[in-house]
Amino acid sequence: MARRGRAARLTERAAWRPPTGRSLEEKSLSEHGLAAPERKVGRVLLIACGALAREILAIKEANGMDHLDLTCLPAKLHLYPDQITKSVEAAVLKHRAVYDEIFIGYADCGTGGQLERKCAELGVEMVKGPHCYSFFEGNDAFANRSDAGEITAFYLTDFLVKQFDAFIWRPMGLDKNPELRDMIFGNYTTLVYQSQVEDPGLLAKAKECANRMGLRFEHRHTGYGDLETQLRDWTQD
Amino acid sequence: MSEEEDDIILSELDDEELVQQMFDDLYDGLKEEIEESVNILLERNWQPYDILTKALVGGMTIVGADFRDGILFVPEVLLAANAMKGGMAILKPLLAETGAPRMGSMVIGTVKGDIHDIGKNLVSMMMEGAGFEVVDLGINNAVESYLEALEEHKPDILGMSALLTTTMPYMKVVIDTMVEQGTRDDYIVLVGGAPLNEEFGKAIGADAYCRDAAVAVETAKEFVARKHNQMSA
Repeated sequence: MARRGRAARLTERAAWRPPTGRSLEEKSLSEHGLAAPERKVGRVLLIACGALAREILAIKEANGMDHLDLTCLPAKLHLYPDQITKSVEAAVLKHRAVYDEIFIGYADCGTGGQLERKCAELGVEMVKGPHCYSFFEGNDAFANRSDAGEITAFYLTDFLVKQFDAFIWRPMGLDKNPELRDMIFGNYTTLVYQSQVEDPGLLAKAKECANRMGLRFEHRHTGYGDLETQLRDWTQD
Repeated sequence: MSEEEDDIILSELDDEELVQQMFDDLYDGLKEEIEESVNILLERNWQPYDILTKALVGGMTIVGADFRDGILFVPEVLLAANAMKGGMAILKPLLAETGAPRMGSMVIGTVKGDIHDIGKNLVSMMMEGAGFEVVDLGINNAVESYLEALEEHKPDILGMSALLTTTMPYMKVVIDTMVEQGTRDDYIVLVGGAPLNEEFGKAIGADAYCRDAAVAVETAKEFVARKHNQMSA
């Protein structure tokens, strides 16, 4: 008799490994992150979320931040927020002997203050705010919107629009169990697409995501928001 | 192995095998199989309360533990909960008729500014399964909503849930208001939600932080028993 249930599915959780990715392709950033440069170039290292890699590199280029090196942890850590703090700590300990300064390109990101406490203990600064939706919009503006009652919005950034199926639809089981849609998203009313770059293709895809989720669509072009301000503050001598 | 060999005929399993199979079917979110198994056990003269606790709650406890350990994820837990609901729908009217032990009562809701309710719904369901009477206030509850419900229903337990780092501090607003009004010690306050931890629960003055639905049930039972012991002492 074939077993069903737990015995048929029990799998080991993969142990954390340093980021190994070398590509800026979103799937690679989700799964493998972005490895630190093999040879140190800058004197400052930013350890960030893979979902921010392209945005950080664009800010770096626009602002001539040549002394900034970047490594990114796999964006998929957001599916298990408890692993973010441990992974950030491991990355700081791995690189701190080599770099003059290290900064953390994560906001709280669902860690319930644990990442903030760990960063304080390690003596490194992190991005201010609860999550990327907030700092892209601007933390003050985002908080004002929440206070004004915007609590039923589901947010997507450029990265999340590109990775919608891999990051949201499939992990939520909606490819196999579409009946779960309303159990998962039933309390949301609107999909807010916060774009970082102007891209008609992404805008069309974001609208399609809203349709699939059964939500109203709203587009707000945020650019890089407080992320750019924060990086400039950190890299000013 | 042929498909025929794979088929499991639920009615041919003995009681022990069938309960084990229900654990597996809950784990796989197989609602129809769970409903069929519940009906088979009823036909075998099982008490509705025993089916609920030994088969359904027992199975969901395994699901809860594996969710906590990162073996199962949200969609699988939702499918399991849906299967359990199917079983409970059959049992509920029978439980009302046959009379099941009543463990206590709970008012539960997600805090103001937060619309996430997957975890809260699981706790409600598991608490009901464990014999608690549950008043579910839904999502986005202001302090007034909690206080009115406490006043109206006089439960043993107040449960609060939050998924967002930005909304979880609101639990302290509710507890502080209860302290101001002198009602805090009338209730057991349990809190839960993904970004919370034990330290946070202590800091805001809750009685306990519950990391998942199964822990919530065990914690609730323990605190209610303690409360009853204190009252009878």
